[in-house]
Amino acid sequence: MMEIGLNHYLVLSTILFAIGLVGVMRRKNLLLLFFATEILLNAVNIAFAAISHYYGDLTGQMFAFFVIAIAASEVAVGLGLLIVWYKRHGSIDLDALTTMKG
Amino acid sequence: MFEAVAFYLFAFLTIAMFFITVTTSHALYALTALAAGMIFISAFFFILGADFLGAIQIIVYTGAVMALYAFGMMFFDTTRELKEKQGNKFIVTGLATLAAILVVVIFAAPMVSENIVAFYPAIDGVGNTQQVGLVLFTKYLIPFELAAVMLLVAMIAGIVLAGKKMDLSITLMNDAEIEEEKNKKVLS
Repeated sequence: MMEIGLNHYLVLSTILFAIGLVGVMRRKNLLLLFFATEILLNAVNIAFAAISHYYGDLTGQMFAFFVIAIAASEVAVGLGLLIVWYKRHGSIDLDALTTMKG
Repeated sequence: MFEAVAFYLFAFLTIAMFFITVTTSHALYALTALAAGMIFISAFFFILGADFLGAIQIIVYTGAVMALYAFGMMFFDTTRELKEKQGNKFIVTGLATLAAILVVVIFAAPMVSENIVAFYPAIDGVGNTQQVGLVLFTKYLIPFELAAVMLLVAMIAGIVLAGKKMDLSITLMNDAEIEEEKNKKVLS
């Protein structure tokens, strides 16, 4: 119990991933949807770092770096798109986005 | 012993912070809780011996990403409470838990079969940052440079999307058109 192994980190990563997934499905505000996406990426990063440590392999850490780079560029582009949408419609609610509804 | 204490403490704190982020109806609370959770996650990286990754986590996430979100929130009206129409919570929670378990099974399946081999084993006697540098600038040089190009593209996209009058080019317009644009701006 006192010895922290790989499974502890994987379980923690699962819990965080589940929280993020609940956030993605429940949220209707697009900004908070982005926050939930960040939680998903961070949960995966923990799993990568833990596997990298317990298998003595640096590939996991490399992937975590690339995930961070992707998250940073996602935020830059996504926030720009969000600002454009807000200027045009005055709302970033997900339900208001369904303009192509039949 | 201390590792276990640190792990459980930071696990509890991270889960609590992220839980606040997905449940609160106040965007500012969500942002603050998310920033705190990011810092707590870097603690896991330090426990795992990935010092460089932990430092990058703090710099990029709480330094850059959170600042960008805070900056973006100035554009949106976030002072009032967010009104969100809620569906059936139990279905959503059940679906999310099932999906997360599925993801873990996918991740764990190759590990249970014990056929993971370390491609780039950690080198003894050098620090984590040096190891990262050795692997990143030899085996992962092309992905590293592609990531740099991607960040440049993202930067240009962010500037063009968020900036004003980005569809106009002063170098391509003649003087009369520039004067016309100036007058328009004064009038509007």
